[in-house]
Amino acid sequence: MNNFNYTRAGNIQEAMSLVSQNSDAGFLAGGTNMVDLLKYNLVHPELLVDINHIPEHRGILETEDGGVQLGAFATNAETAYHPLIETRYPLLSRAILAGASAQIRNMATNGGNLLQRTRCYYFYDPNTPCNKRKPGSGCSAIGGYNRIMAILGASEDCIAVFPSDMCVALSALDAVVRIDGVDGTRSLPFAEFHRLPGNNPERDNNLQPGEIITSIDLPEKGFEKNYSYLKLRDRSSYAFALVSVATGLDLEGDVIKEARIALGGVAHKPWRIKDAEDFLAGKSPSAENFAAAAKIILNGAVGYGHNNFKIDLAKRAVVRNCLMALNPESQQPGAHPSI
Amino acid sequence: MSHKLLTGQPVSRIEGQQKVTGAARYAGDYHVPELLYGYVVNSTITKGKILEIDTEQIKAIKGVIEVFTHKNRPSLAWFDLQYADMDAPPGSPFRPLQNADIKYNGQPIALVVAETFEIARYAASIMAVRYEEQHFFTDLESNKGKARDPKKGLATFLKPLPAKPKGDFGKAFHNAAAQVSAEFIHAAEHHNPIELFATTTVYEEDGKLTIYDKTQGTINCQLYVGNVFGLHYKNVRVISPYVGGAFGSGLRPQYQLFMSVMAALQLKRSVRVTLDRQQMFTFGHRPPTIQQTRFAADSQGKVTALGHEAVAETSQHEDYTEVVVNWSNMLYPAPHTSFDYKLVPLDVFSPLDMRAPGGVTGMHAIESSMDQLAYQLKIDPLALRLINYTDFDVTADRPYSSKELRECYVQGAEKFGWSKRTPEPRSMRRGHKLVGYGMATGIWEAMQVLARVEAVMTAEGKLEVSSAITDIGTGTLTVMTQIAADELGLALEDVTFCYGESQMPFAPVQGGSFTVSTVGAAVKAAGKALRKKLLKKAGNMPGSPLKSVSEKEVVFERGGIILKSNQNVIVYFKDIVAAEKKKVIKTTNTGVPNVFKLKNYTRAAHSAAFVEVEVDEELGTIQVTRAITAVAAGNIINPKTARSQILGGMVWGISKALFEETISDHRFGKYMNQNLAEYHIPVHADIHELDVIFVEEKDDIVNELGSKGIGEIGLVAMPPAIANAIYHATGKRFNQLPIHFDQLL
Repeated sequence: MNNFNYTRAGNIQEAMSLVSQNSDAGFLAGGTNMVDLLKYNLVHPELLVDINHIPEHRGILETEDGGVQLGAFATNAETAYHPLIETRYPLLSRAILAGASAQIRNMATNGGNLLQRTRCYYFYDPNTPCNKRKPGSGCSAIGGYNRIMAILGASEDCIAVFPSDMCVALSALDAVVRIDGVDGTRSLPFAEFHRLPGNNPERDNNLQPGEIITSIDLPEKGFEKNYSYLKLRDRSSYAFALVSVATGLDLEGDVIKEARIALGGVAHKPWRIKDAEDFLAGKSPSAENFAAAAKIILNGAVGYGHNNFKIDLAKRAVVRNCLMALNPESQQPGAHPSI
Repeated sequence: MSHKLLTGQPVSRIEGQQKVTGAARYAGDYHVPELLYGYVVNSTITKGKILEIDTEQIKAIKGVIEVFTHKNRPSLAWFDLQYADMDAPPGSPFRPLQNADIKYNGQPIALVVAETFEIARYAASIMAVRYEEQHFFTDLESNKGKARDPKKGLATFLKPLPAKPKGDFGKAFHNAAAQVSAEFIHAAEHHNPIELFATTTVYEEDGKLTIYDKTQGTINCQLYVGNVFGLHYKNVRVISPYVGGAFGSGLRPQYQLFMSVMAALQLKRSVRVTLDRQQMFTFGHRPPTIQQTRFAADSQGKVTALGHEAVAETSQHEDYTEVVVNWSNMLYPAPHTSFDYKLVPLDVFSPLDMRAPGGVTGMHAIESSMDQLAYQLKIDPLALRLINYTDFDVTADRPYSSKELRECYVQGAEKFGWSKRTPEPRSMRRGHKLVGYGMATGIWEAMQVLARVEAVMTAEGKLEVSSAITDIGTGTLTVMTQIAADELGLALEDVTFCYGESQMPFAPVQGGSFTVSTVGAAVKAAGKALRKKLLKKAGNMPGSPLKSVSEKEVVFERGGIILKSNQNVIVYFKDIVAAEKKKVIKTTNTGVPNVFKLKNYTRAAHSAAFVEVEVDEELGTIQVTRAITAVAAGNIINPKTARSQILGGMVWGISKALFEETISDHRFGKYMNQNLAEYHIPVHADIHELDVIFVEEKDDIVNELGSKGIGEIGLVAMPPAIANAIYHATGKRFNQLPIHFDQLL
């Protein structure tokens, strides 16, 4: 960990201007991943601009189009326990509470959640090759210990997964990411925010240098009647997902009007396959139909040895989670799946 | 009011409040003026040589005081013997900064000393090192062929090698009605106590050293420092008042001690060296092992043949051994046996005792194999243990000093509800989940070694007892205070137990579950001697009512000596001391195991663990929903701290069975999950109903206290009980630990 300059920004413009003037500068929000990266000696900023004291973008607010805006600087805990989220977007609340620990969620911000780095062992070990950490050095996870790695959308340069739980729900909910930059504001549909590794695995997402996330906007539809988040991992808490599934179902009688299914722990970004959701539309919510949808989602999945199990596990998890979504009361907190 | 015995009472930890309020100070918490901070640089290669270390660039950083490497370290002791601590296995102990050779990944190669911890850490992070890499071997499985017999040494005394074959194993196994043959694979594990390893060496004005160290042996470290740096022992004072867990990792002096002392001596300044969590993976660990069992029984369930072979990792420089294969015949008196234990030297650091070393490894294989036999014979697993029950240790041809294991089985099964188990695998369900019951036996030898204790009666009539022993969080302070208070009939608050300092009377390293019996026996010896002295001095006081009175005629209570025949006659301790010129009465005594009595008996603590698991078959997820451990460990001095020991062992058992492993990448020869986010131990949500039963066990032989150690016994039976319960739930047998849920798919 190197010595760095630290400054507090009073507003967004000041923060962006400070960071865009210095190529070795970065933002410091909750710090729950940044401090790890500093301590692991993986990042060496010259300047960290603390954005925790910026008064705006902290709220959870209803928007004019009937949705809800999540301030980028609101914490994960504030978001998960907010009445608007608990009642209208319980899927998001569940996903957030499945992640990290209470202490970390109290610090971590919504914007920061989108920007956390992978938990690949090799990424965190500066003495092994890693294309994400050091482009061109190689991928140690291929041929190495890859229990936690990707089965979908990976490349021969990188098989890391994106570790967020919150983002799996945001993906299922079709959230929109609002971004401020020195050149103005823009927004990205959630599916376009994160990237697949391709041959630039060093880039996790499409945020440009100096840009800052100001909010994540949820559309009106929250799937509050039929939803479920299932996280399968090696222990009941404080472990990243090996496979997670966010499901939202819009049912009309015994027919699925609309289905949303997003997977975590399987790719470099939350994984959603429109074909699978379209397949379910108009069908009955049966285990058979969910299994057929799961098959579509996992189409093309590849294991790398230790993580081969994820392909079968993900299919089973999709089915279970969709069944749980039919009866959201059946969900238990923690890691214990129920029916 | 007569003295109510404190031993046997659930006394709360004396230091509990200090620990939970943060007032307790650990080795890295001691501050002295102008303290310097050292940060260790570790090798990034696994084997080879250091060609060049650029220290000049580092020294130019403001605040960096010095950089120590093999090039500029002081001249040190020459002989292996001088580096061999009390717990050193046969071989050549690792010497930090000895030369340019790299023997394992993470080997300490330099110490950066700076004015602040942050500067030292930063400087260490940018230090440029050039290596010449050599080919290395770190994988046990692919190097099994290199297995050889362990070298013998002093360590073999406490860790005997396997017994010679008995009877005709091959024939007996072949002809038996039931046979099982299985392979068991265990990963490496690291102790990972929450307190990081740290040493604060205070360089006193007269050049003497006061060393605050995280250790399980203050005298062990004092001797090591004296021997390696050529110092008089009396000038080296090692203090370890609080230890935030150790589990064996502090049995040997670790390299931060060497680094801190070296820097303090060279710079003539006080220096603290703290290791970080990743560096906690750069020294001793539980070795990976591969075991093979071959058990056979007759149609009635009598075990006739026991075969058990183990291959374990060790380093290239020392032969670390543990007792893995010796246990089965101690429990089950089969006439035909074949045991083997071999080592494979690899390019790793020497393994090190970790809670229930060897026992938890071997008992997993033994008790899972017994379970397999039970299913094959269609005999209840508990009934199979009872069919093979013995009070006699056939391996040593002598009886057990006491063995209430049968009661453990009976009481444990009763409380658990074992009779509700339906025998067929996959026959029990709860909702959509499969339910499984499993049980297993535990055994751990009850050892006693030598220790000395000083007992002092103060002018205030209070008792001070001291020993160099540490308290690694087990409750030693509390338990010793209880034992000492009973010796003189005093209240708890009138007794002070001083400990954790090398200048105090001799104590061995704290391990092997032998501390209470070893130091407790010395406390009792000192108590007895002090009573004798006090009575004699009381009798000599002018006009004493206790003149020529024998100890049989008095009781020690209420802060004095009371005549049994006339309870109104009391001579207070403080008055006896007041009559002394020195204003204090003291004695130092040794607790000696009665070897003549002990040699005729095998002494061991026993346990039986009963476990319920729930398995979600479709997703594979496993939960240990209930577990009960019944323990027979003689006289329990403090049921509260004892229960905590067993509960901690049970949690560790769940961890070992389902979560814990150090993951290696043998292409790099290094560990990959060097942090507590990825080195998985259970979280609260993984732990459900746990219960402990201590069964009555009277033992007049094992030691004067009649007590057996309980540090390890809570752990040993849990992993096989869990694996057996998973088999009962699912019909699938998993012999590789930890069992990951995806294996159940």
